[in-house]
Amino acid sequence: MSSLTRFFSSRWGPIVTGLVIGILAPILVKLGNPGNMGICVVCFSRDIAGALGLHRAAVVQYIRPEIIGLVLGSLIAALAFREFKPRTGSAPLVRFLLGMLAVIGALVFLGCPWRAYLRLAGGDWNAIAAIIGLAVGIALGVVFLRMGFSLGRNRAAPAALGWVMPLLMLVLLALLVFAPQFGAKDAQGNQTGPIFFSATGPGSQHAPLVVSLVIGLVIGILAQRSRFCTVGGIRDVILMRDPHLINGAIALIIAAFITNLALGQFNPGFEKQPVAHTDALWNFGGMVLAGLAFTLAGGCPGRQFILSGEGDADAAIFALGMIVGAGFAHNFNLAASPSGPSPYSPAAVVVGLIACIAIGLAFREPVGQ
Amino acid sequence: MSEIKTVDARGLSCPQPVILARHAINQGVFPIQVVVDTGTSRDNVTRMAQSVGCRVSVEAQGDQFVLTITKA
Repeated sequence: MSSLTRFFSSRWGPIVTGLVIGILAPILVKLGNPGNMGICVVCFSRDIAGALGLHRAAVVQYIRPEIIGLVLGSLIAALAFREFKPRTGSAPLVRFLLGMLAVIGALVFLGCPWRAYLRLAGGDWNAIAAIIGLAVGIALGVVFLRMGFSLGRNRAAPAALGWVMPLLMLVLLALLVFAPQFGAKDAQGNQTGPIFFSATGPGSQHAPLVVSLVIGLVIGILAQRSRFCTVGGIRDVILMRDPHLINGAIALIIAAFITNLALGQFNPGFEKQPVAHTDALWNFGGMVLAGLAFTLAGGCPGRQFILSGEGDADAAIFALGMIVGAGFAHNFNLAASPSGPSPYSPAAVVVGLIACIAIGLAFREPVGQ
Repeated sequence: MSEIKTVDARGLSCPQPVILARHAINQGVFPIQVVVDTGTSRDNVTRMAQSVGCRVSVEAQGDQFVLTITKA
């Protein structure tokens, strides 16, 4: 093993990754990203869904280069360190559904685990209920894991399969740069779509494309090497008292807190937080659903995009499920907004939890086989 | 000579390889061979086994890794 590989598999790997995300995310906010949303894998999946016209919430439509960077950065690291291993076949359909359910839950809170930590580090105390919810959801997932839950084994696939997700990211990059307009005309005779970018709201707030892309690449490379995972962190503490991954999340929170202070972006309180609402019950509930779905799928949303970059097509299917699920979340009015959960958010969380529990009970592989 | 206990953890998502290896360690019959096919599983199983006081040797075999776990 090279010394670099040894370093990243040591306890310092996740810590360094967390520190880098914690420093770069508030800088992305400074450079234009929405508040406490330097990087949010769920929000950015939702913005991509909107930009592709999969939902018509006009304020959250943009092709986020950070997501493209995550996947391509992971690909680069995996190729450089001989970890590019195309594989598939572990219940992809169920993973797609889990991706949809996870994002529906996370959009009731308005953030992925990364953003939950970034919101906390920005002084948004609404994140506390969400992080407790996340831990409860993960604990539920651990119960299923202990009972022998498994989506089954993947198997090696032709090399070409591993390139599909990175190529999709390049297509997204092209759509971002060229933003083609040849869709149907609206009542005023204006061309609409197929690519939609917000003129106002969070979707209109973004750092310069190249900066976002490069930061995504850097984080993608580091996260691939260190296996950084914000769901795995809590899961491993519950399952076997292993702090290896959660140290990364703690490093992220501390680094983001200090960077926010330095940049004048630390605003403690519950009210008037950016792209957030104050309903503690559903901040909690949404993340119980998300935490459970992420745990059943084997990792947090960032980790799923990273795995997709190293050739895991099942993780890619989960990630695509998140993008499609985000479209559903807005079209079916399940997602919360800064004014609070929608009238349908609670039902979405309850139905999602029932679906996840059914999946948790239905898929088993006997221990030791 | 008794047969070496082998755990096939190839193709499984996190944290199943670790759970399976832990299960085998708890049964207390050493040495244990754990076969994994990603660097992540190799690192995770190694870390877990070392944390419970076992010694781990890793051998790369083509696209997979064979971890031999012994009681330290």
